[in-house]
Amino acid sequence: MRSITYVEALNEALHQILEDDPDAFLIGQGVNSPWYVGASCAGLLERFGPARIIDTPVSENAVTGVAVGAALAGKRPILEHPRMDFMYYAFDPIANQAANWHYMMGSQLSVPLTIWGIINRGGEQGAQHSQATHAMLAHLPGLKVVMPSTPYDVKGLLRAAVHDGNPVLLVDDRWLYRFTGDVPEDRYTVPIGRGAVRREGSDVTVVATSYMVHVALEAAKGLREDGIEAEVIDPLTLKPMDAPLILSSVRKTRRLVVADGGWRSFGAAAEVMALVGESDLIGRLKAPMARVTLPDAPAPASRALEKHYFKTSDDIKQAARAQMGE
Amino acid sequence: MTGGQARPSGARAARRQRLLRMYETMVTIRTVEDTLADDIVKGQIGCPVHLYSGEEAIATGVCANLDSSDWAYSSHRSHGHFLAKGGDVYRLMAEVYCREDGCSKGRGGSMHLSSPEIGFPGSSAIVSGSIALAVGSALAFSMDRGRRVAVTFFGDGALGEGVLYESLNFAALFRLPVLFVCENNLYSTHMPIAKCSADVDLSKKARAMGVPARRIDGNDVELVYRTAKAMVERARDGRGPSFLECLTYRHRGHVGPSYDIDKGLRCQEELDCWLRKDPIETLESRMLEEEIASREHLEEIRARVRSEVLAAQARGRDCEWPRWSDDEGFKDVYRRPEG
Repeated sequence: MRSITYVEALNEALHQILEDDPDAFLIGQGVNSPWYVGASCAGLLERFGPARIIDTPVSENAVTGVAVGAALAGKRPILEHPRMDFMYYAFDPIANQAANWHYMMGSQLSVPLTIWGIINRGGEQGAQHSQATHAMLAHLPGLKVVMPSTPYDVKGLLRAAVHDGNPVLLVDDRWLYRFTGDVPEDRYTVPIGRGAVRREGSDVTVVATSYMVHVALEAAKGLREDGIEAEVIDPLTLKPMDAPLILSSVRKTRRLVVADGGWRSFGAAAEVMALVGESDLIGRLKAPMARVTLPDAPAPASRALEKHYFKTSDDIKQAARAQMGE
Repeated sequence: MTGGQARPSGARAARRQRLLRMYETMVTIRTVEDTLADDIVKGQIGCPVHLYSGEEAIATGVCANLDSSDWAYSSHRSHGHFLAKGGDVYRLMAEVYCREDGCSKGRGGSMHLSSPEIGFPGSSAIVSGSIALAVGSALAFSMDRGRRVAVTFFGDGALGEGVLYESLNFAALFRLPVLFVCENNLYSTHMPIAKCSADVDLSKKARAMGVPARRIDGNDVELVYRTAKAMVERARDGRGPSFLECLTYRHRGHVGPSYDIDKGLRCQEELDCWLRKDPIETLESRMLEEEIASREHLEEIRARVRSEVLAAQARGRDCEWPRWSDDEGFKDVYRRPEG
């Protein structure tokens, strides 16, 4: 099988979805701009034309509402937000309209909308060009949230999101775009709600999301040198989360570290810990659970601060060693 | 325009039929609102209800230009739009009483009526919440190259929300088949318009965004009908969006049966002045003056509507409550996969 980059897999998924489904279209800021979306949208405008590749003014609220209204009318829009920071402007159409509509209107209409939110951070961009807001969006009933971490999964999950029939937020991280992996040329979906074991291990479970999966795998390599075998679990879908997969791993290792690229309090890591905390495993853990997240602080600009703010494999290794009583 | 004598008899008959139909719609809306007000006073309705009494000409005049394939979105004050679009009185009643038979199965309540089969996808209780949605549905219609149009009804309070301006710009930029209908009833909840907007001619704001706009008497159903007709035709022809500001007055207060006079928010003189411009009485007088219908005929319509509305209300008030179970509660949050 051929190996391609994450951003190439994303681009291939978009081409195939738009080719297969005449109701699918792409709308968002900078879908035709090299600054906003990297190479993810390469070739789309030339192939599908401006009626289906719609570059928009910076009107996050209205454009998101437009995508919701088109979805209600039977289209399958893919709505791109080049930075999650700007999505706060779009909270009303996401939270009040898209997520509620099916339930609130007596299950008559659904919103088959894919919201593609991009985390774009680092490089001294500061607090408003950095945010990973997946956890606060995953809080909303009616919205599904997926965070593909590999080229294979981004291709399959984007397709699954477009076919799902509900509002689905797909969060990716620009830091993932360079990773390579095996990706079939054919069409396929990765089921929403199912996670993956990225590395098997018997000593400590590391549940990691999105970019942190790669950081956790790097940490696992280092831990192996110390004789610690980490099992790396990638939920892939934040909501609904694959609880059986996480619980079965923790049942085996009895130790849990959660690594997430969001903030600490009320975050995705807290939710994973709560899942274990509510299970029969709570009294049977060999060490208190730990999380590796951003601190509860805005992202700093200076690289001298950034290197402490964003977590690395050393942070995960340290947390895992502490689990082992080291 | 309203004289009629010189018109060919076919046009006169069509106008007569149209006015009688619009009269019946307006009377239906008023009767629904009045009977609901009675039950709110009696404490039989728990859900917040924003009555449309006094504004009937707008929903009626606009929707008379639409068919069931056109979509109309609404706001928290949604009963009139639902009914004018062809919504069923019983299903509305059952929804306001939050019962399983309601158009939204008791999950939505008065502010979230929905009936897609008549082209009423739903109403949002967030001020301006459905405006961009209507623009998006219009985008979908234009992609399909049909002649369908989308309409969004909202109050003057919506002019305070940024998304309206973004939506106007977007609709104008992409020449979308959407009609923005602003029901300017002079109050945004408790606040008079002059305390909300530095310029109270709201149509100017739409023009500034590149959307052609008209500001008209919203209590004259024929004027609303004719003005909306030109705008709807323009949209169907692919010539882009329009903005219709209809000056009107809600007889009742912001929410519930009160007139908001007791609260010191409005004065009796102002209400009396607008009651003299009641849209239903205005139409009645015109039909009698021009001998379009007899007093007996109009009374017969009112009596028939009243008995139908009362019957629907009695059924709606007494039908089954929705039942809760964990499964029932959660299964409708997401659309289930097909097959």
